[in-house]
Amino acid sequence: MPASGKRKAGPGNREPGTETRGASGNGKRAELDGSRFPGPRSQSASDRASAKLTRDQKIDLYYWMRLTRSLEERLVALYRQTKVVGGLFRSLGQEADAVGSAYALERRDILSPLIRNLGSMLVKGATPLEILRQYMAKGDSPTRGRELNIHFGDTDRGFIGQISPLGDMVPVMAGVTMTFKMRRQDRVGLVYVGDGATSTGAFHEGINLAAVQRLPLVVIVENNGYAYSTPISKQTAARQFVDKAIGYGVPGAQADGNDVLAVYDVTKAAVDRARSGGGVSLIEVMTYRRKGHAEHDNQSYVPAGEIDRWAAENDPLDRYRVVMREELGATDEEIAAIDARVVRDIDAATDEAEKSPPPDPLDALIGVYADPPRERPLWFREGTDRAVDVNERPEGWGTWSGRTGSV
Amino acid sequence: MAEITYLEALREALVEEMDRDENVFCMGEDIGAYGGAFKVTDGLLSRFGESRVIDTPISEIGIVGAAAGAGHMGMRPVVEMQFIDFIANAYDILTNYVATARYRAFLPCPMVVRGPSGGYVRGGPFHSQNPEAGFIHTPGLKVVYPATAEDAKGLMKSAIRDDDCVLFFEHKYLYRRIKGEMPQGDHTVPIGRARLAREGRDVSIITYAATVWKALEAAEQLEAQDGLSVEVLDLRTLAPLDDEAIFATVRKTNRVLVLHEDTRTGGIAGEITSRINESCFEWLDAPVLRVTAHDIPLPYAPSLEDFVLPQTSDIVRAVRRLAAY
Repeated sequence: MPASGKRKAGPGNREPGTETRGASGNGKRAELDGSRFPGPRSQSASDRASAKLTRDQKIDLYYWMRLTRSLEERLVALYRQTKVVGGLFRSLGQEADAVGSAYALERRDILSPLIRNLGSMLVKGATPLEILRQYMAKGDSPTRGRELNIHFGDTDRGFIGQISPLGDMVPVMAGVTMTFKMRRQDRVGLVYVGDGATSTGAFHEGINLAAVQRLPLVVIVENNGYAYSTPISKQTAARQFVDKAIGYGVPGAQADGNDVLAVYDVTKAAVDRARSGGGVSLIEVMTYRRKGHAEHDNQSYVPAGEIDRWAAENDPLDRYRVVMREELGATDEEIAAIDARVVRDIDAATDEAEKSPPPDPLDALIGVYADPPRERPLWFREGTDRAVDVNERPEGWGTWSGRTGSV
Repeated sequence: MAEITYLEALREALVEEMDRDENVFCMGEDIGAYGGAFKVTDGLLSRFGESRVIDTPISEIGIVGAAAGAGHMGMRPVVEMQFIDFIANAYDILTNYVATARYRAFLPCPMVVRGPSGGYVRGGPFHSQNPEAGFIHTPGLKVVYPATAEDAKGLMKSAIRDDDCVLFFEHKYLYRRIKGEMPQGDHTVPIGRARLAREGRDVSIITYAATVWKALEAAEQLEAQDGLSVEVLDLRTLAPLDDEAIFATVRKTNRVLVLHEDTRTGGIAGEITSRINESCFEWLDAPVLRVTAHDIPLPYAPSLEDFVLPQTSDIVRAVRRLAAY
């Protein structure tokens, strides 16, 4: 049961904007019924996996959520200074879902994040410095300026970078976990998709193949209400995404995605099942995307008041601070100290990242293949080391409204 | 040593590589218990077991994506498209995910995507295609398409050992029609190297796969009837192209026909012609000509298919035109 009276805006009774958000299938969102799905919601409080977390670990969860939010706020500032070269993607309001799920993995496990899983990557060891360099397209960023935003990975630290065509990471993670199984390794994979990606062929083929092969893979569907501007009512006729589990013959579970402990619990149960040979699980976490698809998106398609209600009533950090105070006995000073530490960490990383140089233009030709390791420049670039004198940011880039054409 | 077929040569390569390296495994539709639609993987299941010869659902995206994931983790998957026509289903994950993985994320994808390709078999629009041009356009992929049994084996072994994704087109018309004697020992053929299939002085035919045999047939006929000495270059690898071998034959004969079974517009012949134009213009005594399929979905009826695809008589006609120019 919720430990706090603040947890009222759970996934089953989210009434904000019900016309656009819930009008799928029979036109009525199902009430969350914990008894229909195996998972922590049907367990008593002491049976929950999170009951076994130490106080330090529970405080740690707050640190990662706070770091995620503050790092994105720093990126917004850098974006407005035009130091972020491309688009900026926020996970405001979804920090609990990213952090709680990744925290349920062991170090040796591998996850594949989605654009709103900065928190998952931080838990897995990605650093603010890497994220900042990546967004600013620096030469020493994790992708050496080849890819945008949080599209990067490190198999040693246990995360594999996503690509923009959604759903593709599900079959890829099927292959990763197929390897775990073939090598009899005690490792589990976790892949995130959004509500939108469940409509793709890649999602279907990947989860079906993984289910048939009984691979140790956990699939988390983050239902945040929108895929770009498309509400879930236009994404699926299913009553709820978790129902898709039935079709794949895998256990399904639903959780309140803005309750970090609930997300941890539901993920941990699925991870334990995968680790013990129980195969694939599908988890639907109910959350809400409070910012647009990317920073340029003015969210004109969102019903009035919906965002404000989620911000006021169902913010994952607000909710967890209540838990920290009431259950962990955390003081305001302790929480403020964590907040201050996060800011210090981000300040230091920002200073460092801004010093980084852009990539050397000729690095563009390296590493398409292992062999040959380098492509030759075309004849009209022979003897030159750059294409233009100044790499200007296209005018209006990243600030276009997408609707009116105005910048 | 006894000769074996192109198909048996492929199977021999798979068996030898699976014996050599436990990270090599096969995955695809009906490849295990059934041995594959054309029986390329026949016998592999009983030899290597279910964990290394994996029957999958009908899921080209799933199969290719899983191969990429396994490749990231150090495996060397060989996946079958039951017919190469179905590789179109995996186009996104091959071009967007696999081809870019090393460059954008430093993630290796050592994997082979293989499948029966090509026409002249009355297979109709969905069992006869040659979709190679769509993939040589994509940086990050390698593409091979052997014509001989020796190359089928040697290139397959090289493809499996390559650290990047290799698309391996197998010509189904050649599967059981072409035989060869396998060299002793660990026989590999380097990716990226063409093969001079026939030496000549007067005209060069640059081609690959099944039309290598049509070019050789035409060359014999032209020598007997016209006294022409025709050189035939078998590309074997389409990405990366062996520019050196292409330019060498151009400089030798100065008259060039580019021949392929794939359709004309956007086909590889256009790319080869362009490279010759840029690098060997002053060596040419005639415009580079193309003989290709017509830009038509491949039809089923023998009279229709034969009209759409390049035939030996077309090649003879084109070479005579070049010689007379």
